[in-house]
Amino acid sequence: MKREIGGGPPVAELENIHLSFGGLQALQDVSVAVKPRERLAIIGPNGAGKSSLFNIISGIYTPSSGTIRHKGEARPARMRPYEVARLGIARTFQNIALFSGMTALDNIMTGRNSLMRRGVLGEALQLPWARRQEIEHRRRAEEIIDFLEIPSVRQTPVGALPYGMQKRVELGRALAAEPELLLLDEPMAGMNLEEKEDMCRFVLDVNEIHGTTLILVEHDMGVVMDISDRVAVFDYGRKIADAAPDDVRRDQAVIDAYLGTAHEH
Amino acid sequence: MFYRETGQYKTTYAADRAIFPIRQDRVAFAVLLLVAFVAIPLLANEYWLRSVLTPVLVFSLAAIGLNILTGYTGQLSLGTAAFMAVGAFAAYNLEVRVPEVPFLVSFVVAGLAAAGVGILFGLPSLRIKGFYLAVATLAAQFFIEWLFTHVGWFTNYSTSGVITAPPMTLLGFSFESAESRYLLTLCIVVVMAVMAKNMVRSELGRAWMAVRDMDIAAEAIGINLMKTKLTAFAVSSFYCGVAGALWAYVYLGTVEPQAFDVLRSFEILFMVIIGGLGSILGSFLGAAFIVLLPIFIANASGVFGDALSAETIAHLEFVIFGGLIIVFLVVEPRGLARLWQIVKEKLRLWPFPY
Ligand SMILES: Nc1ncnc2c1ncn2[C@@H]1O[C@H](COP(=O)(O)OP(=O)(O)O)[C@@H](O)[C@H]1O
Ligand SMILES: [Mg+2]
Repeated sequence: MKREIGGGPPVAELENIHLSFGGLQALQDVSVAVKPRERLAIIGPNGAGKSSLFNIISGIYTPSSGTIRHKGEARPARMRPYEVARLGIARTFQNIALFSGMTALDNIMTGRNSLMRRGVLGEALQLPWARRQEIEHRRRAEEIIDFLEIPSVRQTPVGALPYGMQKRVELGRALAAEPELLLLDEPMAGMNLEEKEDMCRFVLDVNEIHGTTLILVEHDMGVVMDISDRVAVFDYGRKIADAAPDDVRRDQAVIDAYLGTAHEH
Repeated sequence: MFYRETGQYKTTYAADRAIFPIRQDRVAFAVLLLVAFVAIPLLANEYWLRSVLTPVLVFSLAAIGLNILTGYTGQLSLGTAAFMAVGAFAAYNLEVRVPEVPFLVSFVVAGLAAAGVGILFGLPSLRIKGFYLAVATLAAQFFIEWLFTHVGWFTNYSTSGVITAPPMTLLGFSFESAESRYLLTLCIVVVMAVMAKNMVRSELGRAWMAVRDMDIAAEAIGINLMKTKLTAFAVSSFYCGVAGALWAYVYLGTVEPQAFDVLRSFEILFMVIIGGLGSILGSFLGAAFIVLLPIFIANASGVFGDALSAETIAHLEFVIFGGLIIVFLVVEPRGLARLWQIVKEKLRLWPFPY
């Protein structure tokens, strides 16, 4: 199956974004866009501003200047993260941010909350619509559980799961929202080879089957070269390269800043 | 051997999300209801019905209210008794001014009034959490107590500052006897407990718990924090408000604002901690435990004759409570409800430990 990249305006487009914390310039004049169904990788040493970029897209940080567009339309300067989520943007976090007191299933079900109707009295009395809604969404959650191959841990509190499983559940929670754009912040960090291969497969399947646009931050260059259509390289809050994987690998500025020298991650 | 789920396959998601998916639990619950609705009113004496079981039920309702806010949504509140006071005074004032209103309607209004006040005092939770929020709710506690003590309108200018609940009649029946009051309370509490259980196992409950466990992730997945927190304050206060009205109408008969002081708030918080944070069952266990423990201590000390003075017994109570709260906070924050769950898990495997 051949994916059609592009067609229509970028799913997310950032223009001349600046972000600072006190005196620290976390992002300087960053412009980056991702086309529908594209897989964009973001690489760069620690502290380069990759997670900050995600936080800006998610509405967790507000840039000091710059514009963010969603499918060609400028977003309001300030948007709450839940409003961004409702545009069809879901994410995972660099440090796992699961709901630790809940089971894997409930975490994934919570990913569907924004697609569900809220009615306090209806839910309290389990009116037919509330009952039906729970069962319908449960069915969709189970599909995700099967897709991620985690049916056996469905009812396990996530705090009791091993690290790799937690990463999967967190991906499941993001997928449950049926996003158009998925932001993955180091989804494979700390995983062994086998776990990485599984995760790559899930991510590629999501992109190919559902046409979900992906931006992922990843340190493993092998993974990046294998799965991305395009790579953006960040260093000290600036974007220093943005090209196809092979071109990025040959870029002198990138080699100097990142690939060549032995920066530790 | 008898407590097993083997052979009970759940073939639909509807069956899987039932409140009691295991048959033995359903049977046990039915037996419990039968005991509560039939056996107890027949067997228990006036003292137990009026002074022990009815307050246990009312406290359970208040504990469910606090548990929704603190146990499920993670917003610590020290103003529970104030929200109960709002309920009690709202019901009283409605009936004094509009005597035609049936008392059940005024109980609903009590809940709604408390919910409104709860939303108001929940607003700080949008900015502050944890310790600072607790202090803000403490301010609510003192402010509301002061209001009902010093603004005569709320007590209908009663010189003593005490309000007397009007008699409760429904279709010509007057709720006077201990049995009728106990049964009335039981009906209200059972219905509201089932409603609470339904909320926490639905979309709403997941939103509450998500806010409790990781608010940034909750918001990033599309949960409106403001709406979800304020809903928790409203629902929680509704429960406390109805509990307050019951406390005044069914249990005490006459109340002054000091019946809803900060110590009462702490008492309910202890019920939630000992019973189990984030558990509806735990709210009942905690309430029963805290009401029954002093009775148990008093009876046990009777065995020693007069060796222990009344003062020593009172001190003993504090020591035991304090000790238990520390033990539960450190060892088992999910309280008695969690211990019960562990017993059931052991029972499921018994007699084969593997
Ligand atoms: N909330 C914050 N407050 C202060 N400084 C921050 C905050 N978030 C990020 N930073 C700083 O911004 C810079 C970029 O961080 P980050 O985006 O996390 O980098 P990366 O994800 O590329 O490792 C770092 O110097 C970091 O210390
Ligand atoms: Mg990072």
